[in-house]
Formats: sequence, structure tokens, C-alpha cells
Amino acid sequence: MGIKLRHEIISTDVLIIGGGTAGCYAALTLCKNSKLKVVIAEKANIKRSGCLAAGVNAINAYIVEGRTPEDYVDYAIKDANGIVRKDLLLSVAKRFNEVTAQMEKLGLVILKDTDGNYVTRGNRNIKINGENFKPILAKAVRKGKNIEVFNNVNITDFMVNDNTIYGAIGFSIREEIAYEFRAKAVIVSTGGAAGLYKPNNPGTSRHKMWYPPFNTGAGYAMGIKAGAEMTSFEMRFIALRCKDTIAPTGTIAQGVQAKQINSLGEVYENNYGITTSERVYGTVKENQLGKGPCYLQTSAMDKVKEKDLLKAYLNMAPSQTLKWIESGKLPSEQDVEITGTEPYIVGGHTASGYWVNTNRETTIHGLYAGGDVTGGCPQKYVSGALAEGEIAALDIISKISEFAEIKENVAKESRKIVKEYEDILKSANALFTAEELEEAMQKVMDEYAGGISTNYQFNEKQLMLAEEKIDNLIQLSKNLSASDMHELMFVYELRERLLVCKSVIAHLYHRKETRWHSFNENLDYPQQRDEYFCYVNSKFENDKLKIIYRDIVKEAVYEHKN
Amino acid sequence: MSIKINQEKCVGCLSCILVCPGSLIKEKDGKAYIKYPKDCWGCASCVKECKVCAIDYYLGADIGGNGSKLNVSYEGDILHWNITKGDGSVLVIDVNSKDSNQY
Repeated sequence: MGIKLRHEIISTDVLIIGGGTAGCYAALTLCKNSKLKVVIAEKANIKRSGCLAAGVNAINAYIVEGRTPEDYVDYAIKDANGIVRKDLLLSVAKRFNEVTAQMEKLGLVILKDTDGNYVTRGNRNIKINGENFKPILAKAVRKGKNIEVFNNVNITDFMVNDNTIYGAIGFSIREEIAYEFRAKAVIVSTGGAAGLYKPNNPGTSRHKMWYPPFNTGAGYAMGIKAGAEMTSFEMRFIALRCKDTIAPTGTIAQGVQAKQINSLGEVYENNYGITTSERVYGTVKENQLGKGPCYLQTSAMDKVKEKDLLKAYLNMAPSQTLKWIESGKLPSEQDVEITGTEPYIVGGHTASGYWVNTNRETTIHGLYAGGDVTGGCPQKYVSGALAEGEIAALDIISKISEFAEIKENVAKESRKIVKEYEDILKSANALFTAEELEEAMQKVMDEYAGGISTNYQFNEKQLMLAEEKIDNLIQLSKNLSASDMHELMFVYELRERLLVCKSVIAHLYHRKETRWHSFNENLDYPQQRDEYFCYVNSKFENDKLKIIYRDIVKEAVYEHKN
Repeated sequence: MSIKINQEKCVGCLSCILVCPGSLIKEKDGKAYIKYPKDCWGCASCVKECKVCAIDYYLGADIGGNGSKLNVSYEGDILHWNITKGDGSVLVIDVNSKDSNQY
């Protein structure tokens, strides 16, 4: 056998990789403010792709009446124990409300009181009907002049020469076509990474996870391979979620003011603290102390509220509503059991991702990052992803004349990558499948790099073993075969995850302290250490990850220096 | 796995194929089928897209599934979330897409 791929070359001004929240909003911003030609390359279809496929039922980053963007920044700094970029946080916080208003104009339903003001949920949230958030955004994109969407196109590599980006290469997962997108500027907005660690549920429910299993860390991996500087992969995100369905808990915790209790009925959060990581840590500890399972105390809520809660979950995580009904006991009749998830790498919640300047340009000239792939700016969530798409797009518009045109030697490189696709499609009967190696990877990460089975803890010896084993799997992944284009995507998804795992391990190893319980809990260094009040960054050079410790950015505007 | 596509009810419009965020649904003989069942996230995008209620959503027994199936039908702005329990009884939860969540 052997498939010869058609090699199509598409030229545009701006290429957006990943048509999720950040990518779509970047495209709309470019369309509204310039005449630049925009291409979105999307692995699935922009209508429901990305983490908002099922919906979202609140804007969790919003500046409510009486609060300021600076208040938001202070909150995020505290929650991440100082390891954030203030400049990045402030730039999104100043845009939260405007991008939300734009979404409302496009058709998003937001809850209002009788005076027409948004109804707030806590200090930073407003309530929406976000079941159709993504279709609303996608519809606006499809109407945009100068925007061309390539659905079902999986990008694997940037075209980079002399630390400048010229486009990216990928393939269709439906047709035998390789795509070479040539662009003056590129925005990477592919989302974070799930499925690095052994997931909460086994077998046929393995993908019942909180973060989309289709977000495989492609954007991180492409950046690592191309030598972009990355930050804070050691700040893993472990979510506290409803047991089994792994559905979000914020709706219950904030909407119903439900407390976290152990099986003895004791409210335990005061013993551990209330930052995002401490809430997970407390739950893990209570279980270790024999006081589990832990719950969100919903059994005091009234019946009317309960009905609304069922609806709220249908708009975001229908599995949870179904679970309540299946159990025969609704939330007013039983507390909701909670659990920690597998660790994810996701820049919308923690600070992992590309090291960027204030305008979201990465350390590769002409390459911008938005949303969950962008580091240094945690707790930005959906509105922050919109804001980052906008920030990147506006900077590209102002600098478009400075970006370079493609050189022939770069195009030559692209042919090598297309040949790599064809070789994988050619090589039949590999001993291992991508699925088997994925399970092996998840086992390594779970057991040696602080997964669920070790209560998220690890030591240096375990990390060294994890590194060795992941390196071995990286070698094995070079011999995988694929019988069609979809399987070719599986091969690349696995390789992406393995490379991200390698980075996560290196970052965990080099933050020799415990800065955040559970997120990075190093048993060799169980305390916080002052000398690690810094960013742990990394860069792939000559096939090795180089670790760079950087001082905390204090300037209002940050530019790349070296 | 979270969905089952009823081959008899499927009319072959194939719009579920388009919305699946994992591109897991493919076409065979003019009908949709889920080619990679273990990869399903359970987002219910396809369930909401199917205008003939041919896609049933369910929970695996390992995560609390007890035989109920859920699908969605529409009436104007109202989404009827139809839950058929194992004993055959039906529960419908209506959500108005023009109303916000209360939480």
C-alpha cells in the first residue's frame, strides 16, 4: 500500500491554528478591523470544536459592579501563589466586559435583573445560557468576509526559519490531502492538553473527562519543536469535579453556596485553604485520613432551585443531570460526591503555555498565542480566551508590514514533513498501536509523575524514571503506522502528548519546592522556597530541553529581550 | 462511550458527523455510525444536532448508568430533553434557549 497525498499550498495573511474560542474571536477581530485575509485551520469543525462543545453556563472572568480589573489581577496572583504575569492578567481583565458585550450582541443569552443589569454569581462571574456559545461564535465567523475556514485539517508543524514563522503544515483527516499554509503571521490557539495522565474513568468511559480529550497539546508540541520558549508546565491543573461524570462543580459551589464536606459531615475547607489547588489538596487529604468520600453539600437546597440546577447542567454537562436521574436521588436528596481529576495542562486555568510578550507574541517572530496555549495568564477562562484572541489580532494588524514573506528553503522543509505523513501511511503492521502507547504513557505519568494513583505527589527519583520511560515511548512512537488519515491524526496526537509529557516532567523536576499543593507536590521539597519565586521556563535546543529561570515580571509592558 | 445511533431512525442527513468535536462519527451506506466509540467525550453535540432523535445518549454502567437514554427534540426556542428510563417511563425537562441558567 502507500498513499500519495495531494500537496495543496494556501497563501493568506494570517493563519489561525485552532478555531476554538480564542481562534474564532481573533478571526472576527481581524475581519472587523482590517482587510487582511484570514485562514482558520481546525482539526474538527468550528461549530462545536474545543472545550465549549457541550456549553458553558457562566462567564467566570468578569468585572462586576464595584470591582476593578486590578482586583481581578490580585485574586489571580494570590490563587497562583505569585507565579503569574501581571501585565497579561491586567490586559485581559480590562477586556472581559467588552468581549462579553460583543458576545451578547452576537446572540449570547445573559441573565439580567428587572433593571436590566447582569445578575452576578459571586465576585467575578455572571450567569449565561452558554449551551450554544460555540455555534454563536462559529456562525459569526462563517459570515466574516475574508475568513476562510478549513475544517477537519490537523496541523502538525510550524514552518519556522531563523526564529521567524512563515506558516504551518498539516493534513485533512477526511481526504488524502496535505496542506501547506503560508502566512505572514500565525496565531496558535489549539487549546491545552488532556489525556497525558491516566484518566479518572477506565475503558469505555475513559473519555468522560472534564477537559476535551481531543485537546492533545498540539499547539504546545509544535511550539516546543520549533524552539519557542514555554513557561510553567509544572503548574498542572487538577480540577475538583463531580465524581464519575467529571462535570464542573462551580455551578453548585457558587450557585447554591454548597460547602465541601467529608463523610462525617464536617466542613473541611478551612483546614486547608480556599485557593483552587488547596480545595483539591484538602479533598485528597481528607480521603487519605479515612474521612472520605467528600461531597458538596447540596442536600439542604430547595426543590425549585433543584429544577434549575438540572437545567443548568444540561446546558454544560448533560451527563451530570442524567446521573442524578439515574441514581433516583436528586441533589436535594443526596450530596454530590467530588473528586480530583487527572492533571491537565491548560493555560486558561493555570499558567502553563507559551511565554509571550504583553501583545501575545511568542518568542518566535510572527507567532502569536491565544487562549489555553498561552502561559502566564491563569484564571482567564472563556472571556480571557476571547480577549487574548483580540489582543493578538490587533497587534498583528498594527505590525503586518513588518512580517516577512516565505523563503524557498522554508517551503522545501514542508515537503519533508509531507513525506513523513506518507511514510507513516505506508508503513504497515507496526507492532504497537497509538492507543497502546497512549495507555503506556498515561500509566507512566500516573505512577511516576504525580497522577491520581499517587495522590498527585512525586519525588525526583520517580520523575527521573518517568523521563526515561517517556523517552523510550517517544522512540517507539516513531515506528507507528496508520491505515487512513484519521489514524494518522492519532499518531500525531500521541507524539504531541509525549512531547508535552517530557516538558511537564522537566518542569516538575526543576521547580525544587512545593509551590502549590497537588498541582506540584514534590515530596523531596515539601515546602515553598523563596529562591523559587520565579518562572520555570524551557526551550528545546539541539534535541534537549533547556531550563530557563526567569525573574517575576514587574513591568506593565513586557517585551522579549534575549 | 456515551451515544448510540439508531440505524433505523437515522435519515442520513449526516449533520452529526459535522459537529462531533472528535470527528468520531463516520458515514456507512448513507447512514451515520460511531467509528470510535471509546473516544466519545459525551458532549451531546450530535444528540442536539439530530432532528429525528436517532441518537441516544447514555451513561456507562461504571459511571452511574442505569439504563436510561436521553435525546433532544425542539419546539421553537424550547429544547425538550427526553429521558426514557430503563422501565420505559419518560421524563422530559424543557429548557428555553432564550432563558439563562439561574446558576
